[in-house]
Amino acid sequence: MIYLDHNATTCLHPEVFRVMEPFLKEQFGNASSSYRLGREAKIALENSRKEVAECIGAKSHEIIFTSGGTESDNCAIRGIARNLRAKGNHIITSRIEHHAVLKTCEDLEKEGFRVTYLPVNAQGQVDPDDVRRHIGQETILISIMFANNETGVIQPVPEIGAIAGEEEIVFHTDAVQAVGKIPVHVDTLGVNLLSISGHKCHGPKGVGALYVREGTPLVPVVTGGHHEHHLRAGTENVPGIVGFAAALSIATRDLRTVSQKISQLRQRFEATIMSKIDGVQVNGMNAPRVPNTSNMSFHFVEGESILLHLDLKGIYASTGSACSTGLPEPSHVLMAMGVPARIAQGTIRFSLGKDNTDDEIEFVMESLMEIIAKLREISSLKEA
Amino acid sequence: MAKKSNDWRDLYTKKTEDEPALPDGPILFYNELVIEHFTNPRNVGEMPGADGYALVGDPSCGDQMKLWIKVEEGRISDIKFKSYGCPGAIATSSMATVLALGKTLAEAKKLTDDDVVLALGGIPENKRHCSLMGINALLSAIQDYEKNQERQNSG
Repeated sequence: MIYLDHNATTCLHPEVFRVMEPFLKEQFGNASSSYRLGREAKIALENSRKEVAECIGAKSHEIIFTSGGTESDNCAIRGIARNLRAKGNHIITSRIEHHAVLKTCEDLEKEGFRVTYLPVNAQGQVDPDDVRRHIGQETILISIMFANNETGVIQPVPEIGAIAGEEEIVFHTDAVQAVGKIPVHVDTLGVNLLSISGHKCHGPKGVGALYVREGTPLVPVVTGGHHEHHLRAGTENVPGIVGFAAALSIATRDLRTVSQKISQLRQRFEATIMSKIDGVQVNGMNAPRVPNTSNMSFHFVEGESILLHLDLKGIYASTGSACSTGLPEPSHVLMAMGVPARIAQGTIRFSLGKDNTDDEIEFVMESLMEIIAKLREISSLKEA
Repeated sequence: MAKKSNDWRDLYTKKTEDEPALPDGPILFYNELVIEHFTNPRNVGEMPGADGYALVGDPSCGDQMKLWIKVEEGRISDIKFKSYGCPGAIATSSMATVLALGKTLAEAKKLTDDDVVLALGGIPENKRHCSLMGINALLSAIQDYEKNQERQNSG
Protein backbone atom coordinates (compact mmCIF):
# COMPACT_ATOMS: atom_id res chain seq x y z
CA MET A 1 0.00 0.00 0.00
CA ILE A 2 1.22 3.46 -0.88
CA TYR A 3 -0.70 6.08 1.02
CA LEU A 4 -0.74 9.53 -0.56
CA ASP A 5 -3.87 10.95 1.02
CA HIS A 6 -2.51 12.57 4.16
CA ASN A 7 -4.77 15.62 3.73
CA ALA A 8 -7.73 13.28 4.19
CA THR A 9 -6.39 11.57 7.27
CA THR A 10 -3.18 10.06 8.64
CA CYS A 11 -2.24 6.89 10.48
CA LEU A 12 -1.86 7.04 14.23
CA HIS A 13 1.74 7.54 15.29
CA PRO A 14 2.81 4.47 17.35
CA GLU A 15 4.06 6.73 20.13
CA VAL A 16 0.67 8.44 20.21
CA PHE A 17 -1.06 5.11 20.59
CA ARG A 18 1.17 4.25 23.55
CA VAL A 19 0.34 7.53 25.26
CA MET A 20 -3.40 7.03 24.68
CA GLU A 21 -3.63 3.40 25.72
CA PRO A 22 -3.86 3.85 29.52
CA PHE A 23 -6.69 6.35 29.04
CA LEU A 24 -8.64 3.83 27.01
CA LYS A 25 -8.15 1.25 29.74
CA GLU A 26 -7.60 1.79 33.47
CA GLN A 27 -7.36 5.62 33.40
CA PHE A 28 -10.94 6.04 32.30
CA GLY A 29 -11.99 8.70 34.81
CA ASN A 30 -14.17 11.68 34.05
CA ALA A 31 -12.05 14.81 34.28
CA SER A 32 -14.86 16.54 36.20
CA SER A 33 -14.92 13.94 39.00
CA SER A 34 -13.29 15.06 42.23
CA TYR A 35 -11.82 11.71 43.33
CA ARG A 36 -8.34 10.59 42.41
CA LEU A 37 -9.24 8.84 39.12
CA GLY A 38 -10.99 12.00 37.98
CA ARG A 39 -8.18 14.25 39.14
CA GLU A 40 -5.69 12.20 37.15
CA ALA A 41 -7.82 12.60 34.04
CA LYS A 42 -8.02 16.33 34.73
CA ILE A 43 -4.24 16.56 35.06
CA ALA A 44 -3.76 14.71 31.77
CA LEU A 45 -6.31 17.03 30.16
CA GLU A 46 -4.63 20.20 31.39
CA ASN A 47 -1.16 18.94 30.46
CA SER A 48 -2.47 18.25 26.98
CA ARG A 49 -3.94 21.72 26.79
CA LYS A 50 -0.55 23.17 27.71
CA GLU A 51 1.16 20.99 25.11
CA VAL A 52 -1.21 22.06 22.33
CA ALA A 53 -0.92 25.71 23.36
CA GLU A 54 2.87 25.55 23.25
CA CYS A 55 2.85 24.08 19.75
CA ILE A 56 1.10 27.17 18.38
CA GLY A 57 2.51 29.79 20.76
CA ALA A 58 -0.73 30.27 22.68
CA LYS A 59 -1.60 30.33 26.37
CA SER A 60 -3.13 27.23 27.91
CA HIS A 61 -6.47 28.81 28.69
CA GLU A 62 -6.82 29.91 25.05
CA ILE A 63 -7.25 26.31 23.88
CA ILE A 64 -10.63 24.58 23.90
CA PHE A 65 -10.91 20.98 22.82
CA THR A 66 -13.56 19.96 20.31
CA SER A 67 -14.47 16.90 18.28
CA GLY A 68 -12.34 18.09 15.34
CA GLY A 69 -11.88 20.66 12.62
CA THR A 70 -15.52 20.80 11.54
CA GLU A 71 -16.76 21.44 15.06
CA SER A 72 -14.04 24.04 15.67
CA ASP A 73 -15.11 25.91 12.52
CA ASN A 74 -18.77 25.71 13.54
CA CYS A 75 -18.06 26.86 17.10
CA ALA A 76 -15.96 29.78 15.89
CA ILE A 77 -18.27 31.07 13.17
CA ARG A 78 -21.63 30.44 14.81
CA GLY A 79 -20.31 31.47 18.24
CA ILE A 80 -19.17 34.87 16.97
CA ALA A 81 -22.10 35.45 14.62
CA ARG A 82 -24.64 34.80 17.33
CA ASN A 83 -22.90 36.94 19.91
CA LEU A 84 -22.21 39.93 17.68
CA ARG A 85 -25.48 39.97 15.82
CA ALA A 86 -26.54 43.22 17.48
CA LYS A 87 -23.37 44.84 16.16
CA GLY A 88 -23.72 43.72 12.57
CA ASN A 89 -24.69 40.89 10.25
CA HIS A 90 -21.90 40.76 7.70
CA ILE A 91 -19.33 37.95 7.40
CA ILE A 92 -16.38 37.80 4.99
CA THR A 93 -15.01 34.46 3.88
CA SER A 94 -13.65 33.01 0.63
CA ARG A 95 -14.87 30.72 -2.14
CA ILE A 96 -12.18 28.14 -1.45
CA GLU A 97 -12.99 27.37 2.19
CA HIS A 98 -13.62 23.87 3.43
CA HIS A 99 -17.30 22.89 3.47
CA ALA A 100 -17.22 23.10 7.28
CA VAL A 101 -16.91 26.86 6.81
CA LEU A 102 -18.90 27.28 3.58
CA LYS A 103 -21.95 25.32 4.70
CA THR A 104 -21.92 27.03 8.08
CA CYS A 105 -21.89 30.43 6.37
CA GLU A 106 -24.67 29.35 4.01
CA ASP A 107 -26.67 28.25 7.01
CA LEU A 108 -26.16 31.66 8.65
CA GLU A 109 -27.36 33.33 5.45
CA LYS A 110 -30.69 31.59 6.04
CA GLU A 111 -30.75 33.23 9.47
CA GLY A 112 -30.35 36.67 7.91
CA PHE A 113 -26.59 37.12 7.83
CA ARG A 114 -24.97 38.57 4.73
CA VAL A 115 -21.89 36.67 3.60
CA THR A 116 -19.23 37.81 1.13
CA TYR A 117 -17.40 34.93 -0.55
CA LEU A 118 -14.13 36.44 -1.78
CA PRO A 119 -12.65 35.25 -5.06
CA VAL A 120 -9.08 33.95 -5.42
CA ASN A 121 -6.51 34.53 -8.14
CA ALA A 122 -5.43 31.85 -10.64
CA GLN A 123 -2.93 30.53 -8.10
CA GLY A 124 -5.66 30.09 -5.50
CA GLN A 125 -4.83 32.97 -3.17
CA VAL A 126 -7.14 35.50 -1.56
CA ASP A 127 -6.04 39.13 -2.02
CA PRO A 128 -5.84 40.92 1.38
CA ASP A 129 -6.86 44.18 -0.33
CA ASP A 130 -10.06 42.44 -1.34
CA VAL A 131 -10.72 41.70 2.32
CA ARG A 132 -10.17 45.36 3.17
CA ARG A 133 -12.44 46.56 0.37
CA HIS A 134 -15.34 44.45 1.56
CA ILE A 135 -15.21 45.46 5.21
CA GLY A 136 -18.17 47.62 6.17
CA GLN A 137 -19.94 48.96 9.25
CA GLU A 138 -21.81 45.69 9.58
CA THR A 139 -18.81 43.34 9.29
CA ILE A 140 -18.39 41.23 12.43
CA LEU A 141 -16.27 38.30 11.30
CA ILE A 142 -13.61 37.36 8.76
CA SER A 143 -12.94 33.66 8.20
CA ILE A 144 -10.16 32.77 5.77
CA MET A 145 -8.41 29.41 5.79
CA PHE A 146 -4.67 29.03 6.41
CA ALA A 147 -3.82 26.34 3.84
CA ASN A 148 -6.24 24.96 1.30
CA ASN A 149 -7.02 21.25 1.65
CA GLU A 150 -7.12 20.57 -2.09
CA THR A 151 -4.21 22.60 -3.41
CA GLY A 152 -2.13 23.21 -0.27
CA VAL A 153 -1.96 26.90 -1.20
CA ILE A 154 -1.16 29.07 1.82
CA GLN A 155 -3.30 32.17 2.27
CA PRO A 156 -1.91 35.56 3.35
CA VAL A 157 -3.16 35.09 6.90
CA PRO A 158 -0.79 37.57 8.66
CA GLU A 159 -1.73 40.32 6.17
CA ILE A 160 -5.44 39.65 6.63
CA GLY A 161 -4.86 39.47 10.39
CA ALA A 162 -3.29 42.91 10.34
CA ILE A 163 -6.27 44.34 8.49
CA ALA A 164 -8.71 42.64 10.85
CA GLY A 165 -6.74 44.07 13.79
CA GLU A 166 -6.84 47.62 12.42
CA GLU A 167 -10.56 47.38 11.78
CA GLU A 168 -11.18 45.56 15.07
CA ILE A 169 -12.99 42.70 13.41
CA VAL A 170 -12.84 39.15 14.75
CA PHE A 171 -10.65 36.96 12.50
CA HIS A 172 -10.93 33.17 12.32
CA THR A 173 -8.68 30.88 10.32
CA ASP A 174 -9.23 27.21 9.58
CA ALA A 175 -5.67 25.93 10.06
CA VAL A 176 -6.54 22.23 9.86
CA GLN A 177 -4.24 21.68 6.86
CA ALA A 178 -1.46 23.98 8.09
CA VAL A 179 -0.79 22.88 11.67
CA GLY A 180 1.84 20.14 11.72
CA LYS A 181 2.92 20.94 8.15
CA ILE A 182 4.27 24.49 8.49
CA PRO A 183 5.08 26.58 11.57
CA VAL A 184 1.94 28.17 13.02
CA HIS A 185 2.42 30.77 15.74
CA VAL A 186 -0.72 32.63 16.70
CA ASP A 187 1.24 35.73 17.80
CA THR A 188 2.44 36.40 14.27
CA LEU A 189 -0.96 35.87 12.63
CA GLY A 190 -3.32 38.40 14.17
CA VAL A 191 -6.03 35.76 14.53
CA ASN A 192 -8.69 35.55 17.22
CA LEU A 193 -9.73 32.02 16.43
CA LEU A 194 -7.87 29.14 14.82
CA SER A 195 -9.17 25.61 14.11
CA ILE A 196 -6.98 22.52 14.43
CA SER A 197 -7.66 18.83 13.82
CA GLY A 198 -5.94 15.86 15.46
CA HIS A 199 -6.11 13.22 12.77
CA LYS A 200 -4.41 15.33 10.09
CA CYS A 201 -1.10 15.11 11.97
CA HIS A 202 -0.97 11.44 13.01
CA GLY A 203 -3.30 11.87 15.98
CA PRO A 204 -6.64 10.14 16.56
CA LYS A 205 -9.86 11.01 14.75
CA GLY A 206 -12.71 12.77 16.52
CA VAL A 207 -10.63 15.34 18.36
CA GLY A 208 -9.40 18.83 17.61
CA ALA A 209 -9.06 22.24 19.14
CA LEU A 210 -10.12 25.81 18.75
CA TYR A 211 -7.68 28.52 19.76
CA VAL A 212 -9.64 31.41 21.25
CA ARG A 213 -7.52 34.48 21.87
CA GLU A 214 -8.09 36.13 25.25
CA GLY A 215 -10.92 38.65 25.02
CA THR A 216 -12.54 37.17 21.89
CA PRO A 217 -16.30 37.58 22.21
CA LEU A 218 -17.20 33.93 21.69
CA VAL A 219 -20.34 32.25 23.02
CA PRO A 220 -20.78 28.47 23.12
CA VAL A 221 -22.58 26.58 20.39
CA VAL A 222 -22.65 23.28 22.28
CA THR A 223 -24.23 24.06 25.64
CA GLY A 224 -24.46 21.93 28.77
CA GLY A 225 -21.91 21.53 31.52
CA HIS A 226 -19.12 23.86 32.53
CA HIS A 227 -16.40 22.13 30.49
CA GLU A 228 -13.76 23.91 28.40
CA HIS A 229 -14.15 27.32 30.04
CA HIS A 230 -17.90 27.18 29.38
CA LEU A 231 -17.20 27.34 25.66
CA ARG A 232 -17.81 23.71 24.71
CA ALA A 233 -19.90 21.49 26.94
CA GLY A 234 -19.53 17.73 27.08
CA THR A 235 -17.35 15.24 28.95
CA GLU A 236 -13.84 15.65 27.60
CA ASN A 237 -12.53 12.96 25.27
CA VAL A 238 -9.47 12.41 27.44
CA PRO A 239 -7.81 9.57 25.45
CA GLY A 240 -8.36 11.49 22.23
CA ILE A 241 -7.11 14.76 23.67
CA VAL A 242 -4.00 13.14 25.16
CA GLY A 243 -3.26 11.51 21.80
CA PHE A 244 -3.95 14.72 19.89
CA ALA A 245 -1.54 16.68 22.09
CA ALA A 246 1.16 14.02 21.75
CA ALA A 247 0.73 13.89 17.97
CA LEU A 248 0.93 17.66 17.65
CA SER A 249 4.05 17.79 19.84
CA ILE A 250 5.78 15.16 17.74
CA ALA A 251 4.75 16.89 14.50
CA THR A 252 6.01 20.23 15.82
CA ARG A 253 9.27 18.71 17.06
CA ASP A 254 9.96 16.96 13.73
CA LEU A 255 8.49 19.65 11.50
CA ARG A 256 11.71 20.93 10.00
CA THR A 257 13.19 17.55 9.03
CA VAL A 258 9.90 16.05 7.87
CA SER A 259 8.89 19.04 5.76
CA GLN A 260 12.33 19.16 4.16
CA LYS A 261 12.12 15.49 3.22
CA ILE A 262 8.57 15.79 1.92
CA SER A 263 9.31 18.92 -0.14
CA GLN A 264 12.16 17.14 -1.88
CA LEU A 265 9.93 14.16 -2.67
CA ARG A 266 7.21 16.43 -4.02
CA GLN A 267 9.63 18.45 -6.10
CA ARG A 268 10.96 15.32 -7.75
CA PHE A 269 7.45 13.95 -8.21
CA GLU A 270 6.10 17.10 -9.87
CA ALA A 271 9.16 17.71 -12.04
CA THR A 272 9.18 14.12 -13.31
CA ILE A 273 5.46 13.92 -14.01
CA MET A 274 5.47 17.25 -15.84
CA SER A 275 8.41 16.25 -18.00
CA LYS A 276 7.20 12.71 -18.76
CA ILE A 277 3.48 13.29 -19.32
CA ASP A 278 2.05 15.86 -21.75
CA GLY A 279 -0.99 17.90 -20.77
CA VAL A 280 -0.50 18.01 -17.00
CA GLN A 281 -0.83 21.02 -14.76
CA VAL A 282 -0.09 21.45 -11.07
CA ASN A 283 -2.74 23.76 -9.65
CA GLY A 284 -1.41 26.51 -7.40
CA MET A 285 2.15 25.61 -8.27
CA ASN A 286 3.39 29.20 -8.26
CA ALA A 287 1.88 30.13 -4.91
CA PRO A 288 3.39 29.28 -1.53
CA ARG A 289 2.12 25.82 -0.61
CA VAL A 290 2.36 23.45 2.33
CA PRO A 291 5.15 21.04 1.39
CA ASN A 292 3.10 17.84 1.10
CA THR A 293 0.30 18.66 -1.33
CA SER A 294 0.29 18.31 -5.10
CA ASN A 295 -2.92 18.98 -6.97
CA MET A 296 -2.53 17.69 -10.53
CA SER A 297 -4.89 17.93 -13.48
CA PHE A 298 -4.37 15.44 -16.30
CA HIS A 299 -6.00 16.65 -19.49
CA PHE A 300 -8.36 14.40 -21.54
CA VAL A 301 -8.99 11.97 -18.66
CA GLU A 302 -11.35 11.90 -15.70
CA GLY A 303 -10.12 11.92 -12.10
CA GLU A 304 -12.13 9.08 -10.62
CA SER A 305 -10.94 6.77 -13.38
CA ILE A 306 -7.32 7.63 -12.57
CA LEU A 307 -8.09 7.07 -8.92
CA LEU A 308 -9.55 3.59 -9.46
CA HIS A 309 -6.57 2.55 -11.57
CA LEU A 310 -4.25 3.81 -8.82
CA ASP A 311 -6.36 1.99 -6.24
CA LEU A 312 -6.00 -1.26 -8.22
CA LYS A 313 -2.24 -0.79 -7.91
CA GLY A 314 -2.49 -0.16 -4.17
CA ILE A 315 -1.95 3.58 -4.42
CA TYR A 316 -4.30 5.78 -2.43
CA ALA A 317 -4.92 9.39 -3.39
CA SER A 318 -8.06 11.47 -3.81
CA THR A 319 -9.99 13.57 -6.24
CA GLY A 320 -11.61 16.89 -5.47
CA SER A 321 -14.32 16.39 -8.01
CA ALA A 322 -16.44 13.30 -8.01
CA CYS A 323 -19.05 12.48 -10.60
CA SER A 324 -21.79 11.26 -8.31
CA THR A 325 -25.01 13.06 -8.96
CA GLY A 326 -25.05 13.50 -12.67
CA LEU A 327 -24.69 17.22 -12.15
CA PRO A 328 -21.58 19.10 -13.18
CA GLU A 329 -19.85 19.36 -9.84
CA PRO A 330 -16.14 19.87 -10.21
CA SER A 331 -14.14 21.10 -7.24
CA HIS A 332 -15.31 24.50 -5.99
CA VAL A 333 -11.68 25.36 -5.25
CA LEU A 334 -10.48 24.75 -8.82
CA MET A 335 -13.56 26.52 -10.20
CA ALA A 336 -12.72 29.56 -8.06
CA MET A 337 -9.18 29.48 -9.48
CA GLY A 338 -10.62 29.60 -12.98
CA VAL A 339 -9.58 26.08 -13.98
CA PRO A 340 -11.89 25.05 -16.85
CA ALA A 341 -14.45 22.43 -15.73
CA ARG A 342 -13.25 19.77 -18.17
CA ILE A 343 -9.72 20.10 -16.83
CA ALA A 344 -10.85 20.25 -13.21
CA GLN A 345 -12.63 16.92 -13.80
CA GLY A 346 -9.26 15.25 -14.35
CA THR A 347 -7.69 16.25 -11.07
CA ILE A 348 -5.94 14.13 -8.47
CA ARG A 349 -4.73 15.36 -5.11
CA PHE A 350 -1.59 13.67 -3.89
CA SER A 351 -0.80 14.50 -0.28
CA LEU A 352 2.44 13.10 1.05
CA GLY A 353 3.36 12.16 4.59
CA LYS A 354 6.38 11.60 6.78
CA ASP A 355 6.65 7.90 5.95
CA ASN A 356 6.57 8.09 2.14
CA THR A 357 9.81 6.97 0.47
CA ASP A 358 11.69 7.60 -2.77
CA ASP A 359 10.86 4.09 -3.97
CA GLU A 360 7.16 4.64 -3.38
CA ILE A 361 7.18 7.88 -5.36
CA GLU A 362 9.12 6.13 -8.12
CA PHE A 363 6.41 3.45 -8.36
CA VAL A 364 3.64 6.05 -8.32
CA MET A 365 5.27 7.97 -11.18
CA GLU A 366 5.65 4.84 -13.30
CA SER A 367 2.08 3.81 -12.57
CA LEU A 368 0.74 7.25 -13.45
CA MET A 369 2.47 7.26 -16.82
CA GLU A 370 0.93 3.89 -17.63
CA ILE A 371 -2.54 4.82 -16.35
CA ILE A 372 -2.75 8.16 -18.11
CA ALA A 373 -1.61 6.60 -21.41
CA LYS A 374 -4.21 3.83 -21.05
CA LEU A 375 -7.08 6.19 -20.27
CA ARG A 376 -6.12 8.56 -23.08
CA GLU A 377 -6.17 5.64 -25.49
CA ILE A 378 -9.87 5.18 -24.83
CA SER A 379 -10.67 8.85 -24.26
CA SER A 380 -13.06 10.55 -26.67
CA LEU A 381 -11.40 13.88 -25.92
CA LYS A 382 -7.95 12.87 -27.05
CA GLU A 383 -7.54 12.84 -30.81
CA ALA A 384 -5.91 9.63 -32.01
CA MET B 1 -19.18 -12.34 -7.17
CA ALA B 2 -19.20 -16.08 -6.86
CA LYS B 3 -17.52 -17.93 -9.66
CA LYS B 4 -15.57 -17.02 -12.74
CA SER B 5 -17.11 -17.76 -16.10
CA ASN B 6 -16.11 -17.21 -19.66
CA ASP B 7 -19.50 -15.75 -20.37
CA TRP B 8 -20.53 -12.82 -18.22
CA ARG B 9 -24.18 -13.70 -18.76
CA ASP B 10 -23.82 -16.85 -16.67
CA LEU B 11 -22.98 -14.76 -13.67
CA TYR B 12 -26.02 -12.60 -13.69
CA THR B 13 -28.87 -14.58 -15.15
CA LYS B 14 -31.52 -15.74 -12.75
CA LYS B 15 -30.89 -19.38 -11.95
CA THR B 16 -34.16 -19.83 -10.02
CA GLU B 17 -37.16 -17.67 -9.25
CA ASP B 18 -35.89 -16.97 -5.72
CA GLU B 19 -32.44 -15.87 -6.75
CA PRO B 20 -32.32 -12.17 -7.55
CA ALA B 21 -30.24 -11.13 -10.51
CA LEU B 22 -28.97 -8.07 -8.66
CA PRO B 23 -27.74 -8.00 -5.08
CA ASP B 24 -30.15 -6.84 -2.38
CA GLY B 25 -29.75 -3.50 -0.67
CA PRO B 26 -27.92 -0.41 -1.77
CA ILE B 27 -24.89 -0.94 -4.00
CA LEU B 28 -22.02 1.10 -2.56
CA PHE B 29 -19.04 0.09 -4.66
CA TYR B 30 -18.20 -1.07 -8.15
CA ASN B 31 -18.38 -4.87 -8.45
CA GLU B 32 -15.66 -6.98 -10.07
CA LEU B 33 -17.43 -7.16 -13.42
CA VAL B 34 -17.74 -3.37 -13.62
CA ILE B 35 -14.07 -3.04 -12.72
CA GLU B 36 -13.22 -5.67 -15.30
CA HIS B 37 -15.04 -3.73 -18.04
CA PHE B 38 -13.37 -0.55 -16.80
CA THR B 39 -9.87 -2.00 -16.99
CA ASN B 40 -10.49 -3.96 -20.21
CA PRO B 41 -13.23 -2.13 -22.07
CA ARG B 42 -14.57 -4.05 -25.10
CA ASN B 43 -14.84 -2.58 -28.59
CA VAL B 44 -12.63 0.44 -27.98
CA GLY B 45 -11.50 2.32 -31.06
CA GLU B 46 -12.64 4.45 -33.93
CA MET B 47 -14.25 3.36 -37.20
CA PRO B 48 -13.44 5.15 -40.40
CA GLY B 49 -16.35 4.97 -42.86
CA ALA B 50 -18.89 3.95 -40.22
CA ASP B 51 -22.57 3.71 -41.14
CA GLY B 52 -23.70 5.56 -38.04
CA TYR B 53 -21.95 7.88 -35.56
CA ALA B 54 -22.93 9.63 -32.34
CA LEU B 55 -21.32 12.05 -29.94
CA VAL B 56 -23.04 12.39 -26.56
CA GLY B 57 -22.24 13.75 -23.10
CA ASP B 58 -20.55 16.88 -21.84
CA PRO B 59 -16.88 16.81 -20.83
CA SER B 60 -17.34 19.71 -18.40
CA CYS B 61 -19.84 17.52 -16.56
CA GLY B 62 -17.33 14.69 -16.53
CA ASP B 63 -18.33 12.39 -19.37
CA GLN B 64 -18.45 12.14 -23.14
CA MET B 65 -18.78 9.24 -25.57
CA LYS B 66 -18.22 8.72 -29.26
CA LEU B 67 -19.83 5.67 -30.85
CA TRP B 68 -19.54 4.23 -34.35
CA ILE B 69 -21.63 1.40 -35.84
CA LYS B 70 -21.46 -0.65 -38.97
CA VAL B 71 -24.75 -2.12 -40.21
CA GLU B 72 -25.01 -5.16 -42.45
CA GLU B 73 -28.33 -6.69 -43.45
CA GLY B 74 -30.14 -4.81 -40.69
CA ARG B 75 -27.75 -5.96 -37.96
CA ILE B 76 -25.07 -4.15 -36.05
CA SER B 77 -22.08 -6.01 -37.45
CA ASP B 78 -19.40 -3.90 -35.84
CA ILE B 79 -19.33 -1.33 -33.08
CA LYS B 80 -16.55 0.90 -31.70
CA PHE B 81 -16.47 3.53 -28.99
CA LYS B 82 -14.30 6.00 -27.15
CA SER B 83 -15.29 7.38 -23.78
CA TYR B 84 -14.10 10.04 -21.43
CA GLY B 85 -15.52 9.66 -17.95
CA CYS B 86 -15.59 7.96 -14.59
CA PRO B 87 -15.24 4.17 -14.16
CA GLY B 88 -19.04 3.83 -14.25
CA ALA B 89 -19.22 5.69 -17.55
CA ILE B 90 -16.44 3.62 -19.14
CA ALA B 91 -17.77 0.26 -17.93
CA THR B 92 -21.35 1.01 -19.01
CA SER B 93 -20.12 2.29 -22.40
CA SER B 94 -18.28 -0.97 -22.86
CA MET B 95 -21.27 -3.09 -21.81
CA ALA B 96 -23.66 -1.15 -24.06
CA THR B 97 -21.49 -2.03 -27.06
CA VAL B 98 -21.33 -5.68 -25.99
CA LEU B 99 -25.13 -5.84 -25.75
CA ALA B 100 -25.66 -4.09 -29.09
CA LEU B 101 -23.17 -6.02 -31.20
CA GLY B 102 -24.89 -8.57 -33.45
CA LYS B 103 -28.40 -7.34 -32.67
CA THR B 104 -30.85 -6.25 -35.35
CA LEU B 105 -31.59 -2.52 -35.33
CA ALA B 106 -35.07 -3.24 -34.00
CA GLU B 107 -33.62 -5.29 -31.14
CA ALA B 108 -30.92 -2.73 -30.40
CA LYS B 109 -33.48 0.08 -30.21
CA LYS B 110 -35.26 -1.79 -27.44
CA LEU B 111 -32.16 -1.85 -25.21
CA THR B 112 -32.41 0.35 -22.11
CA ASP B 113 -30.03 1.60 -19.44
CA ASP B 114 -31.57 -1.00 -17.13
CA ASP B 115 -30.33 -3.74 -19.46
CA VAL B 116 -26.81 -2.34 -19.19
CA VAL B 117 -26.97 -2.13 -15.39
CA LEU B 118 -28.39 -5.64 -15.12
CA ALA B 119 -25.75 -7.05 -17.43
CA LEU B 120 -23.08 -5.50 -15.22
CA GLY B 121 -24.61 -6.98 -12.07
CA GLY B 122 -25.55 -3.55 -10.78
CA ILE B 123 -23.71 -0.31 -10.34
CA PRO B 124 -23.70 2.05 -7.37
CA GLU B 125 -26.89 4.10 -7.11
CA ASN B 126 -25.09 7.44 -7.51
CA LYS B 127 -23.61 6.13 -10.79
CA ARG B 128 -26.98 5.11 -12.20
CA HIS B 129 -27.01 8.09 -14.56
CA CYS B 130 -23.75 6.93 -16.19
CA SER B 131 -25.51 3.97 -17.77
CA LEU B 132 -27.66 6.31 -19.86
CA MET B 133 -24.70 7.54 -21.86
CA GLY B 134 -23.98 4.26 -23.68
CA ILE B 135 -27.64 3.72 -24.53
CA ASN B 136 -28.13 7.31 -25.66
CA ALA B 137 -25.07 7.01 -27.87
CA LEU B 138 -26.34 3.75 -29.34
CA LEU B 139 -29.78 5.18 -30.11
CA SER B 140 -28.34 8.32 -31.69
CA ALA B 141 -25.90 6.30 -33.78
CA ILE B 142 -28.81 4.20 -35.07
CA GLN B 143 -30.74 7.39 -35.80
CA ASP B 144 -27.73 8.75 -37.63
CA TYR B 145 -27.55 5.56 -39.69
CA GLU B 146 -31.24 5.75 -40.54
CA LYS B 147 -30.90 9.39 -41.58
CA ASN B 148 -27.97 8.48 -43.81
CA GLN B 149 -30.06 5.72 -45.35
CA GLU B 150 -32.96 8.08 -46.04
CA ARG B 151 -30.63 10.59 -47.61
CA GLN B 152 -29.14 7.91 -49.87
CA ASN B 153 -32.56 6.55 -50.81
CA SER B 154 -33.97 9.96 -51.62
CA GLY B 155 -30.78 11.00 -53.37
